[in-house]
Amino acid sequence: MCLGVPAQIKKIIDADNQIALVDLSGVSREINIACVLNKDYQAQDLIDKWVLVHVGFALSIVDEEEAQKTLKILAEIGELSAAIEDIKQGSK
Amino acid sequence: MKYVDEFRDPKQAKKILKEIEILCLEIELSEDRPIQIMEVCGGHTHSIFRYGLNQLLPKKLDFVHGPGCPVCVLPRSVVDNCISIANNKDVIFTTFGDAMRVPGSKQSLLDLKAEGADIRMVYSPLDALTIAKNNPEKRVVFFGLGFETTMPSTALSIMQAKKIEVNNFYLFCNHITIIPTIKAVLDSPGMRIDGFLGPGHVSLIIGTKPYDFIADEYHKPLVAAGFEPLDILQSVWMILKQLKNGEAKIENQYKRLVLDDGNASALDPISEVFELRDFFEWRGLGSINHSGVKINNKYRDFDAEVEFKLKEVTVTDPDVCQCGEVLKGILKPWECKVFGKECTPEIPLGALMVSTEGACSAHYSYGQNIDLINKK
Amino acid sequence: MNKKYNGKKITMAHGSGGKSSSDLIKDIFVDTFNNDYLSTMEDQARFDMPKGQLALTTDSFVVSPLFFKGGDIGKLAITGTVNDLAMSGAKPLYLTCGLILEEGFPIETLDQIIKSMQKTAEEADVKIVCGDTKVVEKGSADQIFINTAGVGVIEGDVSIHSNNAQVGDKIIVNGFIGDHGATIMQHRAELAISADISSDCQVLNHLVQKTLNLPGAIHAMRDATRGGVATVLNEIAQDSKVSILVQEDSLPIRIPTRGVCEILGLDPLYLANEGTLVCVVDKEYVDQVLKIMQQTKEGENACIIGEVFDSPKGVVALNTLFGGTKIIDKLVGDQFPRIC
Repeated sequence: MCLGVPAQIKKIIDADNQIALVDLSGVSREINIACVLNKDYQAQDLIDKWVLVHVGFALSIVDEEEAQKTLKILAEIGELSAAIEDIKQGSK
Repeated sequence: MKYVDEFRDPKQAKKILKEIEILCLEIELSEDRPIQIMEVCGGHTHSIFRYGLNQLLPKKLDFVHGPGCPVCVLPRSVVDNCISIANNKDVIFTTFGDAMRVPGSKQSLLDLKAEGADIRMVYSPLDALTIAKNNPEKRVVFFGLGFETTMPSTALSIMQAKKIEVNNFYLFCNHITIIPTIKAVLDSPGMRIDGFLGPGHVSLIIGTKPYDFIADEYHKPLVAAGFEPLDILQSVWMILKQLKNGEAKIENQYKRLVLDDGNASALDPISEVFELRDFFEWRGLGSINHSGVKINNKYRDFDAEVEFKLKEVTVTDPDVCQCGEVLKGILKPWECKVFGKECTPEIPLGALMVSTEGACSAHYSYGQNIDLINKK
Repeated sequence: MNKKYNGKKITMAHGSGGKSSSDLIKDIFVDTFNNDYLSTMEDQARFDMPKGQLALTTDSFVVSPLFFKGGDIGKLAITGTVNDLAMSGAKPLYLTCGLILEEGFPIETLDQIIKSMQKTAEEADVKIVCGDTKVVEKGSADQIFINTAGVGVIEGDVSIHSNNAQVGDKIIVNGFIGDHGATIMQHRAELAISADISSDCQVLNHLVQKTLNLPGAIHAMRDATRGGVATVLNEIAQDSKVSILVQEDSLPIRIPTRGVCEILGLDPLYLANEGTLVCVVDKEYVDQVLKIMQQTKEGENACIIGEVFDSPKGVVALNTLFGGTKIIDKLVGDQFPRIC
């Protein structure tokens, strides 16, 4: 289950009640950010961060570096295939 | 859309699919059957159908749609309880849209709404709390369902209600937990799952460590997976690589969101508000020990079970249903005795025919024509 | 609007047939709709019809909220009926206006809705020639319900039918899909989302008339209202006993509409439209029809989204971005926001 979408935190609406405004493709909505606050992140640190939103709650901050790493691995899986293909083509 | 479109690139998919095909040929199974990968989560099932991944993958690879669709596994008795709550004249019953059509013994919430009950679909439990604030003369009940992913949101809504002293807000808690559920699948006789796509959004709450027993004790691979098509394909590729090498490890494909230890800020409210139930009754799978949570004593004033004095009634599935076997990958949907006969999407008997993401419903709608179209 | 109605509400007297009724009809309806057919105040409108086949349709409008970005219930009541006529190739001519009003409905709001109907009727070049008003007790209806019926005439040998799609035909839509449904979703207070999207609510008869200059080009046509593009394609595939294959990468969907769908778990193919048509075009004429459409305001984003095949009959399928295929079925009920 669990429909979740990445959205960007635009501003903090109510720091006491942990409410922020997020934007996803021009759609905005107020969400609760309690689950992404911890000793490293205070509300104001979250501005412009991307978070995963599920039923009106930010559940996790998107790790940009890890996202890039995953994309790199994905690209490499492809390259391997292409290389094998090239060898096959070459041997014909 | 950032973090979405990059993971939907068809060109990348083609290359990974080729790799998957090669891997499938290299894997030897002891029996003559396809490699079976269970996607535990209904969200994965949805992506698989939405992008048509099931047809792109080699014939030698089958997805088994697991029990992670909270709509599919809602027992009829729970729907009956929802109906008895919503029938109170002073109640506004709020729910995610998913639960509206699930049949109880006699009717669904949608049927009851048609009779005039005040039933409202909301996007978030916080919206239900707002309704409670705005309607102090009503009792506002939120129907909480779903796995660990959704638990922090309902827990935090209750904590917020307590903090701002909204005393007319109640949670009908039917949250379920993932680990006992996977364990029940693994323990079932005749189970034929070779590896698991781990539920990515549950994992970002609980982390990947709770899955360790699957590798250690059952020697099956699990990869915590994201929900975009490339996430799923990469995860399938990772599982297949393990199978090829004879390994069984817990891996994490969804590192951009999932930490091995999970999210403490999300786990705290869960343990603040909820406690484990002794058992929870599932549609299709029967009763599973410790597979659900309820509201603890500290927050009992917000517990709809207490407020409405609900009794635990068990309404078992019809005997003819073979949902359990299908869920465990023992039977294919069309091999069930009642598939397409007594059990159809319009009048579902069993769990898997209820939601459009249910394995049987999907096969009923798509199965008969898809091969013809693929020939084009 | 006559000042005497400022701040006033509809009462049961306005539906009684007495003086209040006739004043309201004259001050609000006759003055606004302002045409010779209506001003006679007979029990029926009388008119001559041009030569050709008659097309007749009726539709009722119960939208909530009454006013939304890009339109209102009054505009919708005209576009809905005009477009239903236009889809046969008919030139819409005359409309009726039946109202059911809830006691207590503000007369100023009614006036606003009636003015919007008239403005849209002018855009469509049709006249509202007769009407009826009933008032029901508070709670018996939700503010205002509108029914409009319309007649038009199909000139020449135009033959557009939902059972007329031929193998090889192309499927064209005139613009972005799902905007109306996404707009209504963001007006639903309990979902609390906001986005820069407006309803596509618009009359399509002028656009259709222009395409009729290519005789025989259009085989089938429907406006994709409730149930969206997916439902219309299913109707055409079933009626014509053909298969329709849609290309996902060619579907025109605005970014915020996509955003609404991602958040709420909806499929834009099933979202309602109020100014979007699906037409099945002879492959010989496809480029010409597209060009004609793209030169109009209503069709500037027109594009090809799919093709008609022989079998499996009655089935609509989608080629996904990934080259996978999925069946686009009819919905069992409405689409609900989902979490799973």
